[in-house]
Amino acid sequence: MTLQTATPIIIKGRSVVAGKASGEALVTTETISGWGGINEREGTIIERRHELVGQSFAGKILLFPGAKGSSGWSAFFHMTRLNKVSPAAMLFTRMTTKMALGAVVTRVPAMTDFDQDPFELIESGDRVEVDADAGEIRIFKKVKQPG
Amino acid sequence: MQLTDLEKAMLDGVNGRAKAAAMDLLVRYGEAVGAERLVETNNVAGAFNASTPSVRHIVDKGFDAVYSELNLDSDEIVEIPHMAVDTWQLITGIDNDNWKIQGVDESLITMQRESEAYLGERSINMCATCTPYQVGNVPVKGEHCAWMESSAVIYCNSVLGARTNVEGKESTGAAGLTGRIPYWGYHLPENRFGTHQIELDFPVHDMMDWGILGYFIGEMVEENRPVINNVLHHPNMIKLKHFGAAAASSGGVEMFHIPGITAEANSLAEAFGPNKPVEVFRFGQRERLETYQKLQSATDRKVDFIMLGCPHNSIEQVALIAELLRGKTIHHDTELWVHTPRAIKQVAERNGYLKTIEQAGAVVMSDTCPAISRRLPKGVRVIATDSAKQAHYLPAIANVQGWFGSVTDCVEAAITGSWQGGMS
Repeated sequence: MTLQTATPIIIKGRSVVAGKASGEALVTTETISGWGGINEREGTIIERRHELVGQSFAGKILLFPGAKGSSGWSAFFHMTRLNKVSPAAMLFTRMTTKMALGAVVTRVPAMTDFDQDPFELIESGDRVEVDADAGEIRIFKKVKQPG
Repeated sequence: MQLTDLEKAMLDGVNGRAKAAAMDLLVRYGEAVGAERLVETNNVAGAFNASTPSVRHIVDKGFDAVYSELNLDSDEIVEIPHMAVDTWQLITGIDNDNWKIQGVDESLITMQRESEAYLGERSINMCATCTPYQVGNVPVKGEHCAWMESSAVIYCNSVLGARTNVEGKESTGAAGLTGRIPYWGYHLPENRFGTHQIELDFPVHDMMDWGILGYFIGEMVEENRPVINNVLHHPNMIKLKHFGAAAASSGGVEMFHIPGITAEANSLAEAFGPNKPVEVFRFGQRERLETYQKLQSATDRKVDFIMLGCPHNSIEQVALIAELLRGKTIHHDTELWVHTPRAIKQVAERNGYLKTIEQAGAVVMSDTCPAISRRLPKGVRVIATDSAKQAHYLPAIANVQGWFGSVTDCVEAAITGSWQGGMS
């Protein structure tokens, strides 16, 4: 069992898609391709030189810089929603049309324009609560168990 | 977001449920990017066709359901009227003629043909290519467009000086019905100036090197706007097409400038406008070799499949392939598919290029490509391609090894069945 800190770190940001979600963070500092970069049936990263290749984002709080690559980005994340393997929320730092439209049609809470660097504060495995309605993220850091 | 009275009326459903759903998506999307308003467009290029097994369960509910869900993000199935503005279908999943060679089930080609009939009635023009600018949709400088297809967007913005963001299936679906798209990003003149400078120390000349340069720049600048300086050999459409496709694949480049060559930069100063270069990168022989190596994902030299024509080939490229194949036969263990828009294929047929290519045992495909269709010949383990974009995507999509090289090296591999490509 992974323990978490009791007191959360709080980051403020702008809501891109309203709503609330919580879950385990999956963090990458590399941008993600939609078409050709993910498997939309399984909710996994497939880009061969991506640091998350083979990993699943389904049900995770996905923190990444933003979208890259083909204009199929929104359609592929749209399909992850229809296939029930979308991320639980999207947190990103670089706004593009691919990113915005993708977040809108994935219809999960999404935020950007943070008051602190989320990559400094959130690591994969942390528990994160996203409240896009309030423009707030609460981070419960994972604590490594002794022994 | 500020809407005009007409836009408000559309949102309120005065012009029907489809336009209301379209306007609802444009408002959600416009607010997500932070746009202040919409802009009028009369040039939409998107992906509307139903051609993959994954959409079949939606097709069962009718083509209005496909458009409503996938092109409008609407939970309600709305009746889709005639497009309000000029709208084009980009590349699709199946070659209408060579579907059997692609291994497509007859029910799927029937579905695509029915889908095309439905879209045709609504005046969506079936150019069926990733390169609409090769077959008649050539926007003029300053024209506001709503285009998908990253390789077409970068060409539209940079070479032609028309204005589009990288749109998606849903936003182009909404734009076709309303003639509107968020006024954001590349629609605004101040967002079109260069940000990063690339100094060429290597005299980039042939198509392969333009692809390598694009791939290098995309990795360096990600989604920023590179300005390429010291270009000694004037590139043509084919080279800029490959360059842009590569830069949009390895990064998210949507616009570049080459002073004296592209539409909005007569000089280095004009390319940067009020901006100072954030960074200056150099591209020399070392960067060229390193990038060439990055594009190779194969170790096995026995090649099963050669893919040419990503983005879709021009008539000159088809002519070159025909010339390289004249009087030759491709290896019995190897397949070669050449991809070109249907309109260009007709010219190739008239010229005899098609016959020459087919006599060598190769196939000329239209409407699609292996990455879009996810269909390759059966049992393929190792591919070779002259496209940096395809070398980037296809190995991940199809789980194959990939070689990248010149068109001559690729055709040679098709003839011998063995990859002997390289660079000097």
